[in-house]
Amino acid sequence: MAREGGQERRTSKKSERSDEEQLAPSEDVAERKERLDEDVDAILDEIDEVLEENAEDFVRSFVQKGGQ
Amino acid sequence: MSVRRVMGTEVEYGISVQGQPTANPMLASTQVVNAWANADLRARRARWDFEEESPLRDARGFELNRDVADSSLLTDEDLGLANVILTNGARLYVDHAHPEYSTPECTGPLDAVLWDKAGEQVMRRAAALASELPQSPAILLYKNNVDNKGASYGAHENYLMDRSTPFGEIVQHLIPFFVTRQAVCGAGRVGRRQDGSEAGFQISQRADYFEVEVGLETTLKRPLVNTRDEPHADPNKYRRLHVIIGDANLSEVSTFLKLGTTSLVLGMIEDRATLPELALERPVRELREVSYDATLRHLLTLKDGRRMTPVQVQWEYLEHARKHIEHTMGSDVDPETTDVLDRWGSVLDRLEADPMSCRQELDWVAKLSLLESYRDRDGLAWDHPKLQLVDLQYADVREERGLYHRLVRLGRMRRLVDDADVAAAVTDPPADTRAYFRGRCLAQYPEQVAAASWDSVIFDLPGRESLQRIPTLEPLRGTREHVGALLDRCDSAEELFAALTGP
Repeated sequence: MAREGGQERRTSKKSERSDEEQLAPSEDVAERKERLDEDVDAILDEIDEVLEENAEDFVRSFVQKGGQ
Repeated sequence: MSVRRVMGTEVEYGISVQGQPTANPMLASTQVVNAWANADLRARRARWDFEEESPLRDARGFELNRDVADSSLLTDEDLGLANVILTNGARLYVDHAHPEYSTPECTGPLDAVLWDKAGEQVMRRAAALASELPQSPAILLYKNNVDNKGASYGAHENYLMDRSTPFGEIVQHLIPFFVTRQAVCGAGRVGRRQDGSEAGFQISQRADYFEVEVGLETTLKRPLVNTRDEPHADPNKYRRLHVIIGDANLSEVSTFLKLGTTSLVLGMIEDRATLPELALERPVRELREVSYDATLRHLLTLKDGRRMTPVQVQWEYLEHARKHIEHTMGSDVDPETTDVLDRWGSVLDRLEADPMSCRQELDWVAKLSLLESYRDRDGLAWDHPKLQLVDLQYADVREERGLYHRLVRLGRMRRLVDDADVAAAVTDPPADTRAYFRGRCLAQYPEQVAAASWDSVIFDLPGRESLQRIPTLEPLRGTREHVGALLDRCDSAEELFAALTGP
């Protein structure tokens, strides 16, 4: 089946490449840290946009009956 | 030995009705399942066939008396709750107060990931359809296991095994494996104790809900090893190990490793291979202690006095699996088995060095990484509702709202399957198990399939008084290779039935 080979290899190669870019040896440690922080901030900004409003009420009202 | 065997997952989804915290969850679950059934006319008619179900049969060799069993265990009594068999061979139904999707029978962990992911699509679409009805509020579904107020619901696995393997050996070797595999396949949770009353993170969603080592129950006094003995197949040849200790995973790598590594341990037990002696002094307690230590440095105490970290225990199983495979297969190892061994080793290596390096692969690490980022940026304590919201919303099945799905979209989670294959798996069954026969019968003869189950398809044929049951007791028959051409050639269910039962 196609998915057993190609797709996975493509995906992991791509992510390896981006890891290498992030860890480029010429990059100064402080610069790298700064870039990672910016990166994390970008993720959190993105997540902030979709988080439900009023966390406390939302979490409190999530009540389930037990299952298996 | 290989990772390949007949297996599947059975996931109960958390459910809530937006703006109505007191809504009846059974009703909402029924609306979700019925919405799918109404939209997919082919799925509309067939009932579930309960004839071969035996939830009270215990793998240790006895049967629980029905009169003394807790009513939640009587899963074979048709309560008239919604129940749909899909053309991909899966079952979508209401179990207790949750919608549940059971994958069709798959022959390896990668296929199981694919049809498990197809289940997420089914749930997402079904919930959207149910919410489209006039005056219906939005129904939200979560692929998680806890509400942080005391309730837990399951994400089970099932593995077909050789019946001749003594159950005692399965129990002995599985317990240390199950107690420690959460380091790889835990889904992460904000909150400790069953009701979440203690603030903090833990690796597993389910660890707080297990109270005994072995048992038949699945809803109370949950056991590390469940003894439900419903093979849904020839009981003289097979047992179907019902695993209730896992978390519901979103990460494809987590699900792949959960199923693949468990299959390897079962393979070693079946082969009577040399297995490590890792009996734990207090396994139920250790399950919780492993879960509560996200540094993975907790030392488990073994019966022989040794103390090991969860990752060291996992390494023991991996090393033995590698040796056994080399010994029995040499270089003739299938690629899926090699992939499981390699990924398992890679993940264990990195979990030992720096767990955070697995943040793009494992659910609990991805979740913890996100939570720690929030704690850093906003200075939040572990009891802050926003962190609990991140935990909950990580599992939201909606692509636009679910945080796991956002991480995927941001290129932050590694994938193993692609979207086109998942979309196909929503409608198509696996080609290499009896799910193929079941799924194609439903797709091709929806009007004539009166009922179906894992081990039967029941036809209601024109001109016949009684229903006609085709047993499918052999999970590896009814494949495309066996019946594909026959199904291609039979335009009607009558023709198929005549061909199957004829002289």
